[in-house]
Amino acid sequence: MLLEVKDLHAGIEGKEILKGLNLQVRKGEVHAIMGPNGSGKSTLSKVLAGHPNYEVMSGEVLYDGKDLLEMEPDQRARDGVFMAFQYPVEVPGVSNSQFLRLAYNEKMKHLGEEELDPLEFNDYLKEKAKIVEMDPQFFKRSVNEGFSGGEKKRNEILQMAVIEPKLAILDETDSGLDIDALRIVAEGVNKLRSEENAIILVTHYQRLLNYIQPDFVHVLAGGKIVKEGGKELALELEEKGYDWVKGATN
Amino acid sequence: METQFDESFKARLAAEGDAAIKALRERAFAAFTDKGFPSLKDEDWKYTNVSPIAKETWKTATAGIELEHEDAGIRAHELLERFKYDRNGLTALNLAMAEIAVIKIAKDTVVDEPIELNFAAAEGTAIFPHVVVIAESGSKATIVESYSSEARSFTNAAVQMLVEDNASLKHYRVQKDSPEAFNYGVTEVTLGKGSFDSTNINLGGAISRHDIELKFTAEGGEAWVDGLYMLDGEQHSDTHSTIDHAVPNCISHQTYKGVLNGRSRGVFNGKVFVRENASGTDAQQQNKNLLLSNDARVDTKPQLEIFNDDVKCSHGATVGQLEDEEMFYLLTRGLPETLARNLLTYGFAEEVINKIEIEAIKSDLDATVLNRLHAEI
Ligand SMILES: Nc1ncnc2c1ncn2[C@@H]1O[C@H](COP(=O)(O)OP(=O)(O)O)[C@@H](O)[C@H]1O
Ligand SMILES: [Mg+2]
Repeated sequence: MLLEVKDLHAGIEGKEILKGLNLQVRKGEVHAIMGPNGSGKSTLSKVLAGHPNYEVMSGEVLYDGKDLLEMEPDQRARDGVFMAFQYPVEVPGVSNSQFLRLAYNEKMKHLGEEELDPLEFNDYLKEKAKIVEMDPQFFKRSVNEGFSGGEKKRNEILQMAVIEPKLAILDETDSGLDIDALRIVAEGVNKLRSEENAIILVTHYQRLLNYIQPDFVHVLAGGKIVKEGGKELALELEEKGYDWVKGATN
Repeated sequence: METQFDESFKARLAAEGDAAIKALRERAFAAFTDKGFPSLKDEDWKYTNVSPIAKETWKTATAGIELEHEDAGIRAHELLERFKYDRNGLTALNLAMAEIAVIKIAKDTVVDEPIELNFAAAEGTAIFPHVVVIAESGSKATIVESYSSEARSFTNAAVQMLVEDNASLKHYRVQKDSPEAFNYGVTEVTLGKGSFDSTNINLGGAISRHDIELKFTAEGGEAWVDGLYMLDGEQHSDTHSTIDHAVPNCISHQTYKGVLNGRSRGVFNGKVFVRENASGTDAQQQNKNLLLSNDARVDTKPQLEIFNDDVKCSHGATVGQLEDEEMFYLLTRGLPETLARNLLTYGFAEEVINKIEIEAIKSDLDATVLNRLHAEI
């Protein structure tokens, strides 16, 4: 088991948002977590990534058999946990390529593998950028600064491509994308999907799942998983709306 | 009253061949004798204590600039006459002792190579460079003013610049003195319907202060006055800037950033005046400070004085720590905390350094910033 979330209660500023969440993810699987706005999708993503403002009240999260909640966010990242942000952060004055090279090299250092110098890394980055059809002109620009919403999301997937995480949590990577960008990003994710990693797609809409076929769909409402099934569940949800599952919480 | 500069002033005066300038020096020295060094009681100097400079005994030395002023012509004389030597004792002392150099960029001339002015005072010495730059109409040039003085030295410099209509002048002032040096500098700019783009980097000095004053004199002028002060240890750095929109339809942009570590202290005082007749003015000013330690401190005071309604003005100042969300973002990409902090700090400073178009200066400053952060990025 790559990830095991057991009866997780977590929240922010004393307010409980996740109220007993269970989730199991194995290598090679793609899981979709769907839920209405405010249901706690980003809360789950941030708790897994280790955001310091979120507090875990009870429960357990095992990653590769280790206690994930005990690990610092940067440790988690070097160990293969990646979260694509719903709202990627701008980092003025730091170029994208500089940033990506540092992230890449930290991971390599952690694995005891060879780091890349700027020239070598540039070649590596050019290859990776093809996965999300990203223009190399974005390498020199400050991280996410002045990027459109869609470019930011694409940049998140580029980071995923560079870092090659074992567990990728993509928080609403589809939101704010037009149909072409959605296709590019989704195809990028499909290319990165492998038997060696697992992906959690966090989304409000079903449309992303037309492009990325999940193995499992979980519906989050009221801080819990209220329904689980295969990819057909997403379609049913699309048809019946979230009110259908909201009823299930009561 | 007697001052420690009496002897060296006599020598300077004796060597002065130009009667008008001789008279000017005498007036300036009288002003210095009268005013002495600025004190904390002066409103403009309340955060910057220069008594450690006044207490030292200085040996006047040459700044090593070789341009003659005799053939400078009438314009240079006019500019020197206009220099506000009586703003304080230090500017008065500068003009009295001034080692004058004149740089003239002739009408419609484009000078590709940067014009470099390098100043370095040796230990125990004081230097008084005074440079007059005249960018005639339609000309284009870049002035690089660098300071790399030794410990226990005193640099008291002035640069006057006249930018005429359709001229475009870039100006870099890079102060990398020893952290035990004293540096005072004044930059006076008169800008016609042309452009002036200035970047001021303050990294060195135990006590450093830079006064930069720009006055628009014709409609359609545009100016950038930006800067970075990056301090550590016991360093103290003060910037006073004044942008005077004395005529209509001019644009000024100003971004000053401070990175303060250790027990250092930064001061930023930015005045923008929009005169009664100066409608159509567009003036933006911001000062952002990053405090890296609990003992570092900054006093910032952006001041906007507007006497006209038809203007677009904004100003603001911030003092803060690194942004938590930016930190978290870098951590989630596997960067250890120290590296993440350093990278964000570097990025903060880079916003100003990135502006520099001369690769050698830019990469030198990059390296200096990283070195300051003890980081390899
Ligand atoms: N910083 C915060 N302080 C207080 N409440 C918050 C904060 N962030 C999110 N919430 C609340 O937590 C709930 C879940 O939010 P979130 O996890 O962002 O949901 P989703 O991503 O599913 O839209 C919402 O009710 C939201 O208002
Ligand atoms: Mg969300």
